[in-house]
Amino acid sequence: MSYNIDTWLKLAAYTGGGLAIGLGSIGAAIGEGHTAAQANQAISRRPDLSGEVFKSMLVGQAIAESAAIFALVVSLVLLFTTPANATFATVWALLAAGLSIGLGAIGSGVGAGFPAAEACKGMVHQPSVSKRLTTNMLIGSAVCQTPSIFALVIAFILLYTDTTSSPVWPTWAALFGAGLSAGLSAIGAGFGSGLVAGASCEGIARQPRSAGTVTNSMLLGQAITQTTAIYGLLIAFILLFKPYQASEAIAPAMALIGAGLCMGLGAIGPGIGEGVTAQSAIKWIARNPTEVGVITRSMLVGMAVAESTGIYSMVIALILLFVV
Amino acid sequence: MAIEGVDLVKAAAMLGAGLAMGLGAIGPGVGEGMAAAKACEAIGRNPNEAGLLTRTMLVGQAVSESTGIYSLVVALLLLFVV
Repeated sequence: MSYNIDTWLKLAAYTGGGLAIGLGSIGAAIGEGHTAAQANQAISRRPDLSGEVFKSMLVGQAIAESAAIFALVVSLVLLFTTPANATFATVWALLAAGLSIGLGAIGSGVGAGFPAAEACKGMVHQPSVSKRLTTNMLIGSAVCQTPSIFALVIAFILLYTDTTSSPVWPTWAALFGAGLSAGLSAIGAGFGSGLVAGASCEGIARQPRSAGTVTNSMLLGQAITQTTAIYGLLIAFILLFKPYQASEAIAPAMALIGAGLCMGLGAIGPGIGEGVTAQSAIKWIARNPTEVGVITRSMLVGMAVAESTGIYSMVIALILLFVV
Repeated sequence: MAIEGVDLVKAAAMLGAGLAMGLGAIGPGVGEGMAAAKACEAIGRNPNEAGLLTRTMLVGQAVSESTGIYSLVVALLLLFVV
């Protein structure tokens, strides 16, 4: 039984394409379902505002959909294009591209559902601030998408990377590790920033006077929540662009996959945890806007401590890349 | 390509180190986030006790950090000692 490279390329492209859209649909579907559920509940309270709520539900769902659309694009590219100058490392790059955007779309899809749902709910409580709420929802859900965009960037680099000048072994492992790092690290950050954006929409609906403070705190909270996804992107870039020496040994290849897995998995927890922290902080900043300084300080301290395990993961990933 | 035992063991240690730290970071990250979330809520309710609440939050987080540090230690042992 012998297969030539074209068979392996097709195998990887089809498997990767299936994984990309299969995994990538999970998040958006849950997020949009959550939005629709809350919109229905809101309309049942105030049927006269159904037009407004319906509109904001659709806008929110459209943004939540974007992560799944990224996955669809990568999936179609994988199905219908054949890479030029392919080597056996390209086989792994195609599989990794699918995994990267598939995993990376989960968090952003679920996350973008929270602000949309809270905006629909808030609109019926405070119809007068519906414009402000929609703006805040749009900003919040757009920021939620950034981790999936990081994963998309890595997926595209993997799709079009030229591996002819690098040794197949261990480059294949580096490419696979890069996909895992960018994809897995986007899960926590996307989900966490969605929690933050949801809390800020709820807060604006409850206390319209605190809207400015709440939007600013939301952006601060989301930015810190996404730091671990940026670590994941950084490790993915190092994996992609570091020059490798040809080696037939298994250990260096496993070190590269280990680095990707370590950073990717290690970014999930801090992303979710920091999102939960900022969610609660923003909820209380909206209820008690005069104490914004004290609450922000404790939010920042809490998030910094929750970040620590993400930093340990980055340290281990860097040791795996550069020391051992 | 002949696979040598030493190489295979080393490869397992590398992958194991990555998995140990990666999986080990999930729990403390979420847990410390929850501790900080409740501290922010409590400070929002009662801003006068911010100092006491921050102190309690930090002690609680330090304890829940411990498993993350165990993972770090095990990962470093796998990389440099085993």
